[in-house]
Amino acid sequence: MIGTIVRNGFRALRRDRGAMILCFVLPIAFFSIFAIVFGGMNGSSTPRVNVLVVDQDRSATSERLVRGLQQETALVVTTRPEAKEGEPPPSDYTAATAEAAVKHGTAPVALIIPAGFGANPVSFTPAAGRKSIRILHDSSNPVAPQVVAGLLQKVVMTSLPDSMADVGMRYFAQASGGLTPQQRQSVESSLSRLRDLAAQRSVQGDTAAKANGNSFGGLVPVEMQDVVGENKRNPMIAFYAAGIGVMFLLFTASAAGGSLLDEAESGALDRILSARVSMTTLLAGKLTYSMLLACCQLTLMFLWGAAVFHLDLFTHIPGFIVMTVATSFTVAAFGMLLASVSHTRAQQAAVATLIILTMSAIGGSMFPRFLMPETMKKVGLLTFNAWAIDGYTKVFWRDEPVSHLAPQVAVLLASGVLLFLIARHFASRWESV
Amino acid sequence: MASIAPAAAGPIPLQIDSVVKRFGDVTAVAGISLEVLDRACLGLLGPNGAGKSTLIRSIVGRVRPDSGSVRVFGRPADSPAARNELGWVPQELALYPLLTGRENLDAFGRYQGLRGQALRGAIQWCLEWAALSDRADSVVKTLSGGMRRRLNMAAGLIHRPRIVLLDEPTAGVDPQSRNRIFEMVEALRDEGTTVIYTTHYMEEAERLCDTIAIVDHGRIIAQGSKDELVTQSFGTRSDVLMRFDAEASGAASWTAARGGTLQDGVAHFPVDRPSDIASLLEAAAHDGLDVIDLVLRRPNLESVFLKLTGRDLRQ
Repeated sequence: MIGTIVRNGFRALRRDRGAMILCFVLPIAFFSIFAIVFGGMNGSSTPRVNVLVVDQDRSATSERLVRGLQQETALVVTTRPEAKEGEPPPSDYTAATAEAAVKHGTAPVALIIPAGFGANPVSFTPAAGRKSIRILHDSSNPVAPQVVAGLLQKVVMTSLPDSMADVGMRYFAQASGGLTPQQRQSVESSLSRLRDLAAQRSVQGDTAAKANGNSFGGLVPVEMQDVVGENKRNPMIAFYAAGIGVMFLLFTASAAGGSLLDEAESGALDRILSARVSMTTLLAGKLTYSMLLACCQLTLMFLWGAAVFHLDLFTHIPGFIVMTVATSFTVAAFGMLLASVSHTRAQQAAVATLIILTMSAIGGSMFPRFLMPETMKKVGLLTFNAWAIDGYTKVFWRDEPVSHLAPQVAVLLASGVLLFLIARHFASRWESV
Repeated sequence: MASIAPAAAGPIPLQIDSVVKRFGDVTAVAGISLEVLDRACLGLLGPNGAGKSTLIRSIVGRVRPDSGSVRVFGRPADSPAARNELGWVPQELALYPLLTGRENLDAFGRYQGLRGQALRGAIQWCLEWAALSDRADSVVKTLSGGMRRRLNMAAGLIHRPRIVLLDEPTAGVDPQSRNRIFEMVEALRDEGTTVIYTTHYMEEAERLCDTIAIVDHGRIIAQGSKDELVTQSFGTRSDVLMRFDAEASGAASWTAARGGTLQDGVAHFPVDRPSDIASLLEAAAHDGLDVIDLVLRRPNLESVFLKLTGRDLRQ
C-alpha cells in the first residue's frame, strides 16, 4: 500500500515539470550562486577590496607604503581614475576627487596619506603632531574600511622595517641611555608603559574608537571618516527596502500576470477577445494594473521604512517616484512575459520562482552586490534587481540628483519595453488560431 | 448550401460558406456550409470531436478558417460590426470568480463597449433575465453551479446581440436550473433572437430548436426539423418493443426469424404500420410465446443521432 502511494508520488512528480524544477534545479542554482558569491569562483576566499590611494606626501616612505599596499592580494589599489579611450590619461586622485569617488560608489574606501607623513610614519605611543592617514569610507559597506585599516598596519610592518627599527632605536636611546641600572629601570618603565597602553587599548577597545570616531589604534595613526552615511540615521534601510521590495515586486508582478493564464484556462480570455478587446489592449491593461500594484507595494514598503526605520523618504520624493515608476514598469512587463511564455499557471509559478529567486540572489536583493566578487557584480547587472537597487541607492544613500538616475532608468525602461514586445509576440498564440 | 428556416427579408444573419479548418493532420471542420435565417433556433448536435466547437469558434472569430468564410448580417465574422451582433456563451464558466455577478456583467459590458445608462440598463436586464437580481452582489465563487451557468449566459448577452451562440449551456446543472435555462432560451427566441444551440441532450434540442443540424467528422451529415430528420432516417417506420414471459423459450430465434433483435430480454421489431402489431401478436400466440408487455415507439432524435453517428465510443 505504502509502495503504491510512493510510486504514485514519483509518477506525478515526473510529469510535473514545475515541481521537478523547484525540487532539483532551484536548489542547484542557488547552491551555485551562493557558492560563487561567498566561496569565490576560482577557489579564492574573501573578495578583494577596492581602495583609492592618494599620496599627498610624495616621500620615499609614502611611496613604499603605496607599493606595499599594491602588493597586498586582498586589495585592489587604484591611484587614478580609469583612462577612457581617446582621452588623455587622467591625473592621480586628489583627496577631493577620491572623496567624490567614494560618495559616487566607485570604491568603498579611499586612503589619504597626508603631506609630512614620511617624516614620522610610525609610533608606539600616541604622539602629538603626527600626521594621521585618513580613511574615507562608505558605511554601506562596513567590511571594506576595517579590512583596509588592518592591512595598513600590516603593510607598515612589512614594508617599512627601517622605520620600525629607527623608531625602535630612538626608543632605545631615549629609554636606556646605556643599560646602567637606572637605564635598565628606565627601559623597564617604558616597556611597562607600553604594556599598560596596550592593556588600556584592549579595555577601551571599540567603545573608545566609536566615541572618538578617529582614534584607530596602531603603529600608524588613522583617522576614519564616513563620507556617505555620516548624516544618515539608518544607513542600510534604503538598500534593504529596495532589495527586498524589488524581489517581492517580481513575485507580485508574476502573480498579476498569471491572471492571464487563469483567464485562458477558464475561457474568459476567449470571451474577452471575442468582444471588442484586442490582445494588445488586454496586455496593456494587465501591464498597467500590475504596474500600479507594484507602485503601491513599493510606496507602502518605503512608507513603512520611513515610519519605523527612519528612512529619509520625504526628502527624496522626486527620486523615489522616478525609480518606483521605472522599476514597477519593468517588473510588470516581466510578469507579462512570464505569463505569455507559460502554458499553465503551475508552469508559470515554477518558472517564476526559479527566475525571481535567481535574479534576486545575483542582483543583490538577498546579499549586497558590493560585497560580491567582481565577476558576480558584473553578472548582477543582467538583472532588474541590480539596476533598481543601484538607482534607489543613488537616491537614498548617495543623495544624488534625479538626473544621475538616467542610466538606471534608461536600462529599466528599455528592458520593460523590450519585455512587453516579446510578451506581445508570444501572446499572439491566444489570438485566433 | 442549406438554409435554416424561418425565412425573412434583409441580410442573412449567419452565412457559413465551405469552412475548412485543420489542426495539423486533423481536419476539425471539413467544408461546412450553412445559412441560419432570422429568428431561427438551430440545434447543433454531434458526438465529441465532431467539429461543433471549432465551427462555433469560427463563427465568433476565435478560429481562423483555412478556407471558406463566415459572414454575419453580410459582414465578415471578425469585423467589429459582426462581433457586435454576436453573443457567445462558451461551454466553460468564463467569468471572474472573485468578482460579483454585477461586477462581471459590468466588466463584460465594458469590453463590449457599453457605458453609462446603456450599461446599467443592460446589467439590469441580464440580472432579471437570468433570475439573479437577488444574488447580483454575491461573489461568483459563492454561487451555485446553476446560478453560475445563468450568469455565464447573461455575460454573453450583455450587449443584446441579434445572434446568440450557446455552447452546451446546461452542462453539469440540476434539473431545476436546466429548466430555468430552457425558459431563458425560450424568452430569447420569443424576442426574435437568432439562436444557435449546441448540446448532447437530445430532449433539449427537441424542445428548443426548430431546426437541427447533426455534425460528424467535420461535416453536416443531416439537417432539418426533428420530424424531417426522423423521416429521412426511418421513413414511416416505428419500433415495437415486446417483452416475453421469462419462462418463454426460443424467443431469440423467434424474434430473429421475424426480422427483430433481442436486447436485454426485449424484442425490437421495425414496423411500417400499426396494423403490423396485430400480426406479431398473432404469431406469438400461435407459437406459444406469452407476451407480457408491448410498446409502440416512434423513433426520436436520439434514434436518428445514433443511427447516423453510430454507437461506437468516440475519443
